Amino acid sequence: MKLVVCLGNVPDTTTKVKFGDDGTAFDKTGVQWIINPWDELALTRAMELKEDAGNAVSSVTLITVGPKEAEPTMRKALAIGADDAIRVNAEPTDAYTVASQLAGVIKEKGFDLVMCGIESSDYNGAAVGSMVAEFLELPSVSAVSGMSIAGEEVEMTRDIDGGKEIVSVQTPFVAVVQKGITKEPRIPAMRGIMMARKKPLAVVEPTQVDALTDFTKFELPQPKAPCKMVDPENVAELVEFLQNEAKVL
Amino acid sequence: MKKIVKGGEFMVQDLEPKDIFIPEEFDEEQKMIAETCRDFLDTEVFPNLDKIDRQEEGFVRGLLDKAGELGLLGISTPEEYEGFGQSFVTSMLASEVMGSAYSFAVTYSCHTGIGSMPILYFGNEEQKQKYIPKLSTGEWAGAYCLTEPGAGSDANSGKTKATLSEDGKHYILNGQKMWITNTGFGDIFTVFAKIDNDRVLSAFIVERDFPGITFNPEEKKLGIKGSSTRQIFFENTPVPVENLLWGRGKGFRIALDILHMGRIKLGGNVIGAAKMAIDQSVNYSNERKQFGKEISNFGAIKYKLAEQAIRTFANESAVYRASKNVDEFVEAHIEEMSKEEAIVKAFEEYAIEAAILKVYGSEALDYVVDEGVQIHGGMGYSAEMPIERGYRDSRINRIFEGTNEINRLVTIDTLNKRGAKKDYDLYAQGEAIVAGLSELDGCNCCVEGYYENKKATINNFKSIAKMLLQAVSTTFGRKMMDEQEILNNIANIVMRVYVAESTMLRVQKKEKVLAQDVALNKDMLDVLVYDSAEYIRKEAKDCINSFVEDEEQHKLFMKGIKHYSCAKGVNVKDARRSIAEKLIEENKYCF
Repeated sequence: MKLVVCLGNVPDTTTKVKFGDDGTAFDKTGVQWIINPWDELALTRAMELKEDAGNAVSSVTLITVGPKEAEPTMRKALAIGADDAIRVNAEPTDAYTVASQLAGVIKEKGFDLVMCGIESSDYNGAAVGSMVAEFLELPSVSAVSGMSIAGEEVEMTRDIDGGKEIVSVQTPFVAVVQKGITKEPRIPAMRGIMMARKKPLAVVEPTQVDALTDFTKFELPQPKAPCKMVDPENVAELVEFLQNEAKVL
Repeated sequence: MKKIVKGGEFMVQDLEPKDIFIPEEFDEEQKMIAETCRDFLDTEVFPNLDKIDRQEEGFVRGLLDKAGELGLLGISTPEEYEGFGQSFVTSMLASEVMGSAYSFAVTYSCHTGIGSMPILYFGNEEQKQKYIPKLSTGEWAGAYCLTEPGAGSDANSGKTKATLSEDGKHYILNGQKMWITNTGFGDIFTVFAKIDNDRVLSAFIVERDFPGITFNPEEKKLGIKGSSTRQIFFENTPVPVENLLWGRGKGFRIALDILHMGRIKLGGNVIGAAKMAIDQSVNYSNERKQFGKEISNFGAIKYKLAEQAIRTFANESAVYRASKNVDEFVEAHIEEMSKEEAIVKAFEEYAIEAAILKVYGSEALDYVVDEGVQIHGGMGYSAEMPIERGYRDSRINRIFEGTNEINRLVTIDTLNKRGAKKDYDLYAQGEAIVAGLSELDGCNCCVEGYYENKKATINNFKSIAKMLLQAVSTTFGRKMMDEQEILNNIANIVMRVYVAESTMLRVQKKEKVLAQDVALNKDMLDVLVYDSAEYIRKEAKDCINSFVEDEEQHKLFMKGIKHYSCAKGVNVKDARRSIAEKLIEENKYCF
């Protein structure tokens, strides 16, 4: 079974976000890039599936849509254990273009199981996974929080309102995973880091796809109002604040 | 082939920016290794600092295991001994990151440095095969037993004895060691002792399970409370003769070489600790409000933030410059000797630089954490804030790996010996400077061009040091080393020279070779050089006033000091404010 993990390259979650071009574009100056945390979970689970000899997973490939600056992030994913990587040399402008590019490569190379994180930690569109499935005309399972392989079938746990749903799907298909799919992401070990430099990282040129999204404006959230401390004994004062200042009661 | 810089040669030599390595040149793999170290600390160490400091049974040993699983205990160990054969620079980068781990930084650097390297560098093949793979995976933990109750800085005065057993199969060890890091869980100890009536030390590989070894309880310490520190006693402990390291009477050389290595590594450790303390300081000053605004708005706080960053940036510049020198030295000698022999020779070669990094780095960190506490005000004194732990944990750095007092003397003693041996023209230049004092006219701090000016100024600082060395050696001859206060003055000047020059070459390379923005780095360099000029002038005057009695001579020296310590005036307030404002904007160390 050949697995592919779609990997997003996103700003570190502690990045101080700034916008340029009159608030219509994210300013990338000085940004530290990381693997999208949800995709990192997908990668970790993919590695676990591969390491379990009973699963007959032959390879784990990575695909990223991004410029050359995305390569350190991809090398890190290779150091975590993926076998090879493909970078589609294009800016990930919106979910539609990213999904189109991913689907193009996945279709050409052929994989049994496509894994994506449920969303990215930058734009949080939560759209790429399902779009990829649509372009590939494959089934997709969303919000997957547990996953195991049984022959040609993959059994998955989905979190649903008030409980869990267990589904079983025949490959090929797209699994859109979320928290719970694995315990915690892996730290690349020295051995993995040293092997990563020898692993193939292919660069392919994008196909022509027009973005369907225009960004009108980005705005930063209002700074948080200062915290007000109330003596735990003084309930009356607390009620007064809640009623008259915060106006939530 | 690239010309190899000699240790201490910076005092007589002009280097170009291309001749030094700067941290901006780390490659992708080195950055990834640093990130792994950071991830390890974020997940395993930082959430457990209290547990570590309480010395919860087995916890720190477990951390070493986890670091071992990630390969972090064998970064620079050769691959044939289960390591990863990385360069010295890479191992320094790991040391930097791990240096922010409070007590665990000490556990880690003891294990990977003084706890393992004596066997790797000085062991025979059997010893290396037996011990190094298990040390580099973390199956065994390493420790280093040099200090005794009566033998600290004077390490060779140790009383621990080793006598050959009647059957000639064992050395029988008797004695006591103290302040031994990692003793609580250490498996392998490099122990220094004198065989029979030898006047010099020998070194032995001692396993924890050997008979006759007992330990005192954990020491109660000011800081690094989570690192295990105990006394260790040997009572008729039999050590197989094959566990003698390198050869009889060679222990003191091992001890010195390992200390040279430890000093450079300490220079790396303190960078990580300093960057973390700066992050904490700037975070707090951006949060804490007084008089209606965040205290980071106040000039007095900006001064401190900027100064913390300048000293850290300067130290970092010097540390990686010297570390690359070690790698280049090894590369140049790899055909004549083994890699281990070459690296030991490199540590000997750069003993002066190692001592400088140890002293400047530990004092820079002490400044950073001290002002860090001050920025936190009352909260800085509370154990609730991490800066309190950083403040306590920093202090040991001025003491271990040879006290800063010993290292100041090492700097001058080594420089003096190399000058006297004519490894380079130190004294010839000193003589010429002294001879030319009467001819000096005005000052020459007005050289045109930014870097040209800085270079001229720093070269002038070198001239002061060479002038003083010449004067001191002429006056005191062989008794010069007894004049410790005077030598400290000169050592302080030499240290500033190395650090300021490293910073200048780094900023210049960053701008001219890597084409990166250096506006704020130039502010840092401006303040550093300007401050150094004032500091050096005072040290030089103290030095001359301490021994030159002849009025004419005195006048000439003072003229020389004035001439050579002149630096271009800088608006230090604005420079520091610009640096601080960047830190405040980024809310972290960002240079």
